[in-house]
Amino acid sequence: MSNVTGIGVSVKRKEDKRFLMGRGNYTDDIARPGMTHGYILRSPHAHAKINAIDTTEAEKAPGVVAIFTGKDMAADGVGSVPCGWLITQKDGSPMNEPAHPPLVVDRVRHVGDQVALIVAESLAQAKDAAELIEIDYEEMPATVGVASAATGPLVHDEVAGNLCYDWEIGDAAAVAEAFSKAHHITKIDVTNNRLIPNAMEPRAYIGEFDKGTGEYTLYTTSQNPHVIRLLMGAFVLNIPEHKLRVVAPDVGGGFGSKIFHYAEEAIVTWAAPKVGRPIKWTAERSESFMSDAHGRDHVSHAELALAEDGTFLGFKVETTANMGAYLSTFATSVPTYLYATLLAGVYKTPAIHCNVKSYFTNTVPVDAYRGAGRPEATYLIERIVDKAAREMGLDRVEIRRKNFIPIDAFPYQTPVALQYDSGNYFATLDRAEDMADVAGFPARKAEAAKRGKLRGLGYSTYVEACGIAPSAVVGSLGARAGLFESAVVRVHPTGGVTIFTGSHSHGQGHETTFAQLVSETLGIPLENVEISHGDTNKVPFGMGTYGSRSLAVGGEALMKAMNKVVEKARKIAAHVLETAVEDVDFKDGVFTVAGTDKAMPFAQVALTAYVPHNFPHDQLEPGLEEQAFYDPMNFTYPGGCHICEVEVDPDTGVTQVVGMTAVDDVGNVVNPMIVHGQIHGGLAQGIGQALLEECVYDESGQIVTGSYMDYAMPRADAFPSFKVDNCVTECTHNSLGVKGCGEVGAIGSPPSVINAVLDALLDVGVTDISMPATPAKVWAAIQGAKTAQAAE
Amino acid sequence: MYAFEYHRPGSVADAGALLKANEDAKIIAGGMTMIPTLKQRLAMPGELVDLRDCADLKGITVSGGTVTIGAMTKHDTVASSAEVKGAIPALAGLAGNIGDPAVRNRGTLGGSIANNDPAADYPSACLALGATIVTTNREIAAEDFFTGLFETALEEGEIITAVRFPVPEKAAYKKFDQPASRYALVGVFVAKTAGGVRVGVTGAGQDGVFRQTDMEAALSANFAPEAIDGVMVSPDRLNVDIHGDAAYRANLIKVMAKRAVADCA
Repeated sequence: MSNVTGIGVSVKRKEDKRFLMGRGNYTDDIARPGMTHGYILRSPHAHAKINAIDTTEAEKAPGVVAIFTGKDMAADGVGSVPCGWLITQKDGSPMNEPAHPPLVVDRVRHVGDQVALIVAESLAQAKDAAELIEIDYEEMPATVGVASAATGPLVHDEVAGNLCYDWEIGDAAAVAEAFSKAHHITKIDVTNNRLIPNAMEPRAYIGEFDKGTGEYTLYTTSQNPHVIRLLMGAFVLNIPEHKLRVVAPDVGGGFGSKIFHYAEEAIVTWAAPKVGRPIKWTAERSESFMSDAHGRDHVSHAELALAEDGTFLGFKVETTANMGAYLSTFATSVPTYLYATLLAGVYKTPAIHCNVKSYFTNTVPVDAYRGAGRPEATYLIERIVDKAAREMGLDRVEIRRKNFIPIDAFPYQTPVALQYDSGNYFATLDRAEDMADVAGFPARKAEAAKRGKLRGLGYSTYVEACGIAPSAVVGSLGARAGLFESAVVRVHPTGGVTIFTGSHSHGQGHETTFAQLVSETLGIPLENVEISHGDTNKVPFGMGTYGSRSLAVGGEALMKAMNKVVEKARKIAAHVLETAVEDVDFKDGVFTVAGTDKAMPFAQVALTAYVPHNFPHDQLEPGLEEQAFYDPMNFTYPGGCHICEVEVDPDTGVTQVVGMTAVDDVGNVVNPMIVHGQIHGGLAQGIGQALLEECVYDESGQIVTGSYMDYAMPRADAFPSFKVDNCVTECTHNSLGVKGCGEVGAIGSPPSVINAVLDALLDVGVTDISMPATPAKVWAAIQGAKTAQAAE
Repeated sequence: MYAFEYHRPGSVADAGALLKANEDAKIIAGGMTMIPTLKQRLAMPGELVDLRDCADLKGITVSGGTVTIGAMTKHDTVASSAEVKGAIPALAGLAGNIGDPAVRNRGTLGGSIANNDPAADYPSACLALGATIVTTNREIAAEDFFTGLFETALEEGEIITAVRFPVPEKAAYKKFDQPASRYALVGVFVAKTAGGVRVGVTGAGQDGVFRQTDMEAALSANFAPEAIDGVMVSPDRLNVDIHGDAAYRANLIKVMAKRAVADCA
């Protein structure tokens, strides 16, 4: 067993050595022979007509290789950047899906919209030339906020009322019936603040064309290179997939923002053969702010109907969601199937209805960001549950326990489509209360009061749906892609193993976690395993990494392929050991024959597979390499409890998080250290959303928070030492019993923080605060409550 | 960044000569504002005169109740200086809380006050301590030096050589960080000097750093935090942005001032 570093071991990450030593290979590190540099000239206006673009002077500038505009791409028959998920409206009609040209032709629709590509020998020369391009803009009034989008200026002339779709889920009649019987109705209005993703590595692309073979190559900072190849090749540039290679090398963080097919990918790939040389484009940070798809941006009104004892009877929700100027790849699914289907939360609410209206605005497209829809659902539910408890004079923990889905009710069918396979919300709540020392809170609050601080405790009990997902289910809901995963296990003659996975690591640690699965299953040392991902010419068609799916879907595909390898190896061992296949056991990396001392280590079987001197070739193929595709039966359903403790300084409004406990049930855990690291990162983003981060536009559509000078990213000193633990109920439909851990931190934590802030402010009369709860906002709320109390 | 000619003179005299010879020349000190401005193509100087090698612009001396700090002295040098910590610990503390370690090891006192960013820390100390700005041409009282947003009394070709800070009886600086940039949303420097109490406020004012004279009067009568309770801080002429309105900044001026006075005890 000493060889094995298997499931449950917190081994340090294999990939970190090269990252920490600066030896990673990111897209911007790549220099191709003859490479040119691209600069994208972007719109300074939120909304404007382009009367003319004059590139004459710019083309004469030193070092300029070529300049392209939207007219060049349109003339070449370049298609629209596609949306990957069709939403059917409640009247049965398809959503409105206006064109999204990679370079605009005659109108810009958000600050940062792509207007021209300048290709030059150096980036500085491309920028110099860009300043010589004369554009005759005719500014138009802009639609900015989602709340007023329905009546704002039209972003797309053909889309009336800027409406992308009007969609619903659930049983409105059952909800009306429930509300008619309610003892109490709690109402709430919440905004889920718009976020800017801020991956550490900005987006970067290199487009290249091989004149000899006619093959295109795109190097890209993508979370899912095969999806990019499919979308860009088939829908935008009409390049057959066998002539298009997409490589996503080391990628420095994505958080969802690198799932999507971006216009710049198509622009550099399309332009590469025109200039006959590779073209590199790398986003500057300020460009990322105005061109990476943003996250969240919902406004919701919700009402919860309760019986006298606090039992939830019905829940109805009206949500307005911002799509931005164009539909990003999965934008439409986020406020619908990734959000409204989670509105049951961890509760057995029998009747739920949700209506979602999505609108176009003159802002950067909005799409999935860590959690994607599920943080929005969790925030809404956990805020209204706290508010209901307060209004009815019930204990906020008891009202949760009373309404939790019972342990024996799984599999549990919610009224909003999903069927949760497993969970135990009581266990995670109990463990979190214990770790957070809830019992000691009153004493801590009293001690804080002596220092003039308001101390509060906030809960969030949540469930999410990840491990996305069954292709059949998402297909029936409008997804234009499958959501399986692939794996190839290549056993080399001397026993080393290379795994080719369709998952893509951009910080998650797959090279370690997947290698642990291999070590455990094949009984070989971790260092004998290499994980290869991210190159469509090496890896079978895979769907990539997002939605906490790598282990639950990609890991399961790997297990399936390894099982095939073991079965093949067993046949080889049986042949060599001259026994029946059924008599061969495989354990700890050694094949043995029951009842004998015959044994054959895995590496020896591997060698025999490639040196098949006496194989019965009619029964046994040489080689030891297997491939598998895995399509899950269901989503996976991690859940848990987050408890946040804060101290508010009433003089300044500053909220300090002084305690953060997260107990998450992510199913079985392969590498606890990596899982806890993922949860830490998610908590940082969740607390960031709750207290610090917000993308702010002014009325004209300019981004006020266009840099780190105004967009508040969380720093380490914003956090206490997190207390993290896991309770396990196994996923019932995958062999590993795993669920997914990448997003739980960002999904569960924001309402725990805001509920803690409101708990702290209860005594001073504040009953509502919106995210982010900035010092200025908290202080103003306290002053407002004082004024209101003085008036009474 | 546009192309420019780069000069690195070895003395302030040589720097002055370069400025005189090149009308288009700009000074670069630590570059903490200049470099981002250049990178964003917001400035296009034909010549850049880097003062980093001017040894005569560096160093700290304390004598006769005055701390003199060379204009090219880095924040980190001030923050870790035993002389400054001994004479005006509040000034060392202020320097040690500017930006982050990278900024403190590049940014300079002279660069900070010459730029006169309305949210910079040093200008409040200059005003509250009654500092004298020494230049190649003359000596300027801090009162007269900071003339408006990013504006100073400096003339073309004039280079700050040092700042003289009189040692106060007591002083303290309290900064409320803007949540994103961590510049001062409001910073208040309180100094009790032989000539009375002076209160310098940065971050808050629409015209940049200013003295809060009502607080000075109240504190001169009673140097205690509660003396500030009765002072009305008007929100007029205070900054408004997404991080705080004028009423919030007015509140922070009082809160930070009280905390600074408490720190003086």
